[in-house]
Amino acid sequence: MELRVKALETILVEKGYVDPAALDVLIETYEHRIGPKNGARVVARAWSDADYLLRLRADATAAIAELGYSGRQGEHMRIAENTPEVHNLVVCTLCSCYPWSVLGLPPVWYKSAPYRSRAVIDPRGVLRDFGVELPAGTKLRVWDSTAELRYLVIPMRPAGSEGMDQDALAALVTRDSMIGAGLALTPGKAA
Amino acid sequence: MSSCALPSYIAELRLQGLDGDQAVFTAPWEAQAFAMAVMLHERGLFTWAEWAEALSGEIRRAQRLGDPDNGRTYYRHWLNALEKLIVAKGLASTGMLSILRDQWDVAARETPHGQPVTLRPAGQR
Repeated sequence: MELRVKALETILVEKGYVDPAALDVLIETYEHRIGPKNGARVVARAWSDADYLLRLRADATAAIAELGYSGRQGEHMRIAENTPEVHNLVVCTLCSCYPWSVLGLPPVWYKSAPYRSRAVIDPRGVLRDFGVELPAGTKLRVWDSTAELRYLVIPMRPAGSEGMDQDALAALVTRDSMIGAGLALTPGKAA
Repeated sequence: MSSCALPSYIAELRLQGLDGDQAVFTAPWEAQAFAMAVMLHERGLFTWAEWAEALSGEIRRAQRLGDPDNGRTYYRHWLNALEKLIVAKGLASTGMLSILRDQWDVAARETPHGQPVTLRPAGQR
């Protein structure tokens, strides 16, 4: 693998298609700067600011860009709001399309065949695998991401978070809760 | 891994620290392959829809060939897709890539341990 990557890099650099310094910056960005903390800020704002939530519903791409998070692939964003009636789960059945700008790069399991196939066939079972037991009356909706359209789940705001500021709220929002594979943390249990 | 093994798989990943927000790449080559694809796209050499099609095609092909497709082989599929798309777009030929792989292999073996491995510039190889 290393040799194949070296060969590719050599030829692309020699032909001027990629700049090695820019590659390093890009890697550093995805390793350390872009991650679920971005999405958590979007969710915390949505929980605290009704006007912002309306903007997210109308045009999530633009509302997320307001916070400085924009996709690199020209993809559109859409939010999926969890309610007591409906729980949303996001998957990419074909490959691994994922909202990089707000969640960073996907976790290993998101890219695995068992998740990609079972999220569609048995989403309730998948949630159970993640330790999430939904009330029987809650409907499950599964969203299949594409190269053009990615989803951000807005988890339900946890009980006991009334009056918390956006920084404190953001700390309750986990990566898995924004994929729909988890719930937001309850205050007092935040990492 | 069978299709019913997701719970134990998630537990295993967590135990190995592979489910954290920071567990993005497991080897430097994965990061390099990732970044090259993103950069070529940003330079307009292919659309992201073309990329997604190439990647999902490679994933399906690997599954047919018996790959576990458990997410940990993901960047192998990514690299296969990148090589194919680069050749399809005429940015490099398979022959040239193969020659360069051999040259890197030789350079790595001829370089004393602890020294950085480098290739001579294109004109001097």
